[in-house]
Amino acid sequence: MKTDRIKFLVFALVVLLIPLPLSGGYLTNVLIFVGINSVLALGLNLLLGYAGQISLGQAAFFGLGAYGSGVLTTAYAMNPWLAMIAVALCVAAFAFAIGFPVLRLKGHYLAMATLGVGVIVNIALNETVELTGGPSGLSGIPNLQVGSLTFDSDLKNYYLVWVFALGMILLSLNLVNSRFGRGLRAIHDSEVAARVMGVNARLMKVQVFTLSAFMSAIMGSLYCHVMTFISPSSFGFSMSVELLTMVVIGGLGSVYGSILGALLLTLLPEMLRTFQDYDIIVYGLLLITMTIYLPGGLAEGIPALFRRLVPVRKVTEGSDA
Amino acid sequence: MLSLNGIGKRFGGLTALEGISFNVGKGSITGIIGPNGAGKTTLFNVATGIYPPSCGAVLLEGKDISKLPPEGRARLGLVRTFQNIELFGKMTVLENVMVGLHTRSSSGLFACSFRMPWQMSEERRIRERAMELLDFVGIPELAAVQAGTLSFGKGRLLEIARAMALEPKILLMDEPAAGLNSSETADLADLIKRIRDLGVTVALVEHDMDLVMDICDQLVVLNLGTMLAEGTPRQIQDNPAVITAYLGEE
Amino acid sequence: MELLNQVTQFVISGLATGAIYALIGLSFAIIFNSTGIINFAQGEFVMLGGVLTIFSLNVLHLPLVAAIVVAVAVTTIIGLVFERLAIRPLKNATPLALIIITIGASILIRGLVMLLWGKDTQALPAFSGTDPISIAGATLLPQHLWIFGVTILVIVGCRLFFNHTISGKAMRACSFNRRAANLVGISVGRMVLFSFVISAAVGSLAGVIIAPLTMTAYDVGVMLGLKGFCAAIMGGMGSGLGTVLGGLILGTLESLGAGLISSGYKDAIAFFILLLILFIRPQGLFKKGETERV
Ligand SMILES: Nc1ncnc2c1ncn2[C@@H]1O[C@H](COP(=O)(O)OP(=O)(O)O)[C@@H](O)[C@H]1O
Ligand SMILES: [Mg+2]
Repeated sequence: MKTDRIKFLVFALVVLLIPLPLSGGYLTNVLIFVGINSVLALGLNLLLGYAGQISLGQAAFFGLGAYGSGVLTTAYAMNPWLAMIAVALCVAAFAFAIGFPVLRLKGHYLAMATLGVGVIVNIALNETVELTGGPSGLSGIPNLQVGSLTFDSDLKNYYLVWVFALGMILLSLNLVNSRFGRGLRAIHDSEVAARVMGVNARLMKVQVFTLSAFMSAIMGSLYCHVMTFISPSSFGFSMSVELLTMVVIGGLGSVYGSILGALLLTLLPEMLRTFQDYDIIVYGLLLITMTIYLPGGLAEGIPALFRRLVPVRKVTEGSDA
Repeated sequence: MLSLNGIGKRFGGLTALEGISFNVGKGSITGIIGPNGAGKTTLFNVATGIYPPSCGAVLLEGKDISKLPPEGRARLGLVRTFQNIELFGKMTVLENVMVGLHTRSSSGLFACSFRMPWQMSEERRIRERAMELLDFVGIPELAAVQAGTLSFGKGRLLEIARAMALEPKILLMDEPAAGLNSSETADLADLIKRIRDLGVTVALVEHDMDLVMDICDQLVVLNLGTMLAEGTPRQIQDNPAVITAYLGEE
Repeated sequence: MELLNQVTQFVISGLATGAIYALIGLSFAIIFNSTGIINFAQGEFVMLGGVLTIFSLNVLHLPLVAAIVVAVAVTTIIGLVFERLAIRPLKNATPLALIIITIGASILIRGLVMLLWGKDTQALPAFSGTDPISIAGATLLPQHLWIFGVTILVIVGCRLFFNHTISGKAMRACSFNRRAANLVGISVGRMVLFSFVISAAVGSLAGVIIAPLTMTAYDVGVMLGLKGFCAAIMGGMGSGLGTVLGGLILGTLESLGAGLISSGYKDAIAFFILLLILFIRPQGLFKKGETERV
């Protein structure tokens, strides 16, 4: 409990201090997207790593959040903060409604159904041209503002996004170490046993699905205000697969793992600029090799490697519990 | 306590259960015996709502619970253990029991993510209660062990502790002694009696005849999905149909 | 009259793409039935069929028949290697792990094809020219006939294989009960490998015969695969007539929807049907439900 708190505080401190030496350069810009992807991956991880339910349509909720905010703040000139909340609630309601039929499905069927939802949403974003601008995108989205402070630089946006991200990470950490989180893990290990123990598996699955959609929608809103331009291709199947890769690499069922996964997969393509679109080759290889050789992801692999490299010290077990 | 009224269950062409009707008396220990494939596990699956019955009704304290899902039945106090132990393998032993306390606590998504003060105190209470239950079945020292690594016997005990966490009115146990050695079986018999003494009605499927004869007040014999006989252990022992169909084979 | 002609036209082209979906659906079902795996890389086999044929034709300058044989053979080998490297190493894999691995394989294959041959959309010449044949006011392309012919051949071939050869029967036995199949001496591992091989061959063949009609590129596999899956789901994941009907129904609905309502939502139609079936009749249109074992 205590160590969890300290871990989070250290993490938060690192996050808040990192931009200082970077002085708003290119890396700061990349780290904004690390923040957004962290929360997206975390949302998926709550569903996939904890409750054991796959979703290949996460990008849809991200996209709905982005387009909801984008459209409301441009065409309807709505207050961006109000729009963000309204859109997130609507997306959550949407997820809740489709959650019941979708999450009744299991395994491959669930994967296909969520994928289907994702594709349909993406097609809708492309086709409702009058509203979304279609494939050519939506531009002129305003930056967010608090009083006289406009979030118009990378540094400001970094703090904007990461304050949200840190908040959601903290809430997620609380959640997974609670009655609710235990229920989710129980469903993952044996849904039948969980239900027989009185866990309302159907409802809890839908709840966590809704939560992940809510988190994704908020990130979508932030994304559209940071970018000021969005197009449907950022919210397609490949984005959903990218999120899946982040979760798998970071570690299924590890909150910090998701952040690590998001960090790696956001930095990687930036570092391999010459690689362009071929990053999917690397993703593919990572998905396969990680699942076969390191199913716990880096969150499990790195400590294990550490233990192997650093000679074991003799510690009397339980003395400091 | 628990009444089964004309339960039938078909899997495609296979009739696994037909016309099963009996009562499990309050405070009693009822044994359900019968050869492998007789339909005992299927009966438990129907009673706890894992399978919908093809016909018939399940009543708990006179109330028809046939339409309730398993979690709804669990809330009303109908709880079970599994023949092939179904633990939450990746969680610790203590956490397994804490899941059993799910119905005895109420913090939801919001309370949990915002760490509301009442949620924190509830969490503490759950943890203490779970420890007591591990004490009750005699494995407190295993609290921090991952459940998936337990031996068969210890896993059984954990399953019982987890089931007891729900404060069941009636506990269904599917072959609790299978795979246990004789001293473990003796401990189990003692544990089941202690559970009964707490006021919990028990129904168990079991092959170990000595155990069944020792602890059960009432027996139900199934064969090929139908009820062959019902009565006290003495009556069953002397029942000629049972002797030929079941005991006689041994 | 005008509308009727149009509708007939849509139905014909719908049936042709439907036949392709049926073949892809069949290739899904073959793997699913012997392994319980839904192979998310199935669409890439289809894509490989088309892309490799074009490569053999244009770069290796092989005659069409040889190009097709090479394409199908290479895809089949890729299916074999895939099973050996990515599926075999995982014993007792969870569905989740298998989903992730096959998705990984799918984007890996797609990426490699993009790396080797670029992103351009390419066309394969039609097998017997493009002079339309008109029947009852509607026109039929020779390629349509090829599609119907090959589809029927493959389906009949699969039927014969699964019902009348030792290997085919062994594979069916695996699908009913793997442990029992193992006990009677069937090598389950080999049957799994077989299923990937046959499935890759059928999938790639579908990709070859559709390529002249729809063009092909490194990324066509996703949609084709998903629609094939939709067909298989409609047929209840069986490798028989249900899947064929599912494919034909899907193709026709899609073509009518695109023609009469809106072409932009063409792909959405398939997914809409997919969701509807998963929600309402996950066991398929033509099958009765089963109880999951506990
Ligand atoms: N989900 C199921 N699908 C099909 N048949 C089943 C299923 N569950 C049990 N059966 C069959 O029902 C019969 C009774 O099984 P079961 O209740 O497990 O017997 P017991 O527990 O008495 O040994 C067996 O023939 C078994 O094969
Ligand atoms: Mg049994």
